Amino acid sequence: MIANYGFKDGSGDWYVTIDTDKCNGCGKCVEVCPAKALEVGPDEVDVFREEPVVFIKHEERKKIRYTCAPCKPGFGAASAPCVAACETKAISHSDGWKKLYQGLRR
Amino acid sequence: MGQEVKQEFWRWPETNWVNPNIDWKKGKLITAGVDVGSVSTQAVVMVDGELFAYGNTRTGSDSPNSAWNGMNFTLEKTDLKVDNIDYTIGTGYGRVNVPMAQQAITEISCHARGANFMYGPEVRTVMDMGGQDCKAINTDERGKVLNFIMNDKCAAGTGRGMEVFADLIRVPVWEIGPRSFNISKEPPMISSTCVVFAKSEVIGLLEAGTPENEIMAAYCSAMAHRIMELLNRLGVKEKFVITGGIAKNEGVVKRLEKELKIKTAERVWYNKDYRDKNIPFDTQIAGAIGAALFGNALLKMGKAKSARKA
Repeated sequence: MIANYGFKDGSGDWYVTIDTDKCNGCGKCVEVCPAKALEVGPDEVDVFREEPVVFIKHEERKKIRYTCAPCKPGFGAASAPCVAACETKAISHSDGWKKLYQGLRR
Repeated sequence: MGQEVKQEFWRWPETNWVNPNIDWKKGKLITAGVDVGSVSTQAVVMVDGELFAYGNTRTGSDSPNSAWNGMNFTLEKTDLKVDNIDYTIGTGYGRVNVPMAQQAITEISCHARGANFMYGPEVRTVMDMGGQDCKAINTDERGKVLNFIMNDKCAAGTGRGMEVFADLIRVPVWEIGPRSFNISKEPPMISSTCVVFAKSEVIGLLEAGTPENEIMAAYCSAMAHRIMELLNRLGVKEKFVITGGIAKNEGVVKRLEKELKIKTAERVWYNKDYRDKNIPFDTQIAGAIGAALFGNALLKMGKAKSARKA
């Protein structure tokens, strides 16, 4: 399942996307996230899934744009820590941040 | 002092219904789903996976109370008691605060499952237009969620936005859809997506003497456009269905279909028996149906234990 956490507003798309079929629940992303926005636990959408899965904490979902901004996901060569830490490549970020920071640089 | 008009135009009618063809005493598994949303609360009781009763009420300021109201309203015309129910699942915004529920499941799963039951296994995209958010869901033939995207940060393009608009323009909320087509030409849409800004824009139009029906058309277009953005990100596949209160507003639905160039599925039961027996089709109960079905499945799989007291 593709889980999109975040929101879209007038300024762009602000989503952290998790491919739960790829996620093995190892929790490495949780350890490296400086904002502690991630959590591993039972899959709340797929009720019948047995294995734990990573998700964005409820309280972070509506402010993800600001929570994730310090890591500038998608900007420059380096990936955000959570994306880099994920061995199964289950996490990705929408291009909202990318556009924003590229815009600022110009 | 001027005469005060007390009519509240957003106030949609509450409904409940009981299936006369089912004797719950003969059923093995009685499960319930309670969907406490931001605007409306639905309770559904199913006997062995068949729809037995449902109720659709307004949510109050207190989630446990709203859940009880919904449940009591649903059971009003039956002799079934809450204690007779094997398993109850709470869903929606207030799902963690449903006193009679044994478990809470997110409304995303419940709407996918409910739409699968109501519209049939060919459903691939479900758009739930709720009271204060909208969710786009891609699902498989068993009603399992494959991909979802939610917008709950902003009330633009939601049921509450429509209620605010109804009150402002002083037209009952259920008349907005039909009347929005009663126009000579399609007006440009309201440009603000934000409910607060849209409200001032509408006031501007009213002041300028724009006909009411045209303003309704402009607002419905804006809402359809807003939903489009979410759907475009997810990708729409047929069969495409809409659940929730806005599904009943053809002014939005028809304009969305036009913009998407995809028709929404007809709002009828997939189950022929349900169609033949004229069981009312209420798009708002999809989440609660899904929850009740999950209860049934979990009990059958042995993943949950019956909490029946009587």
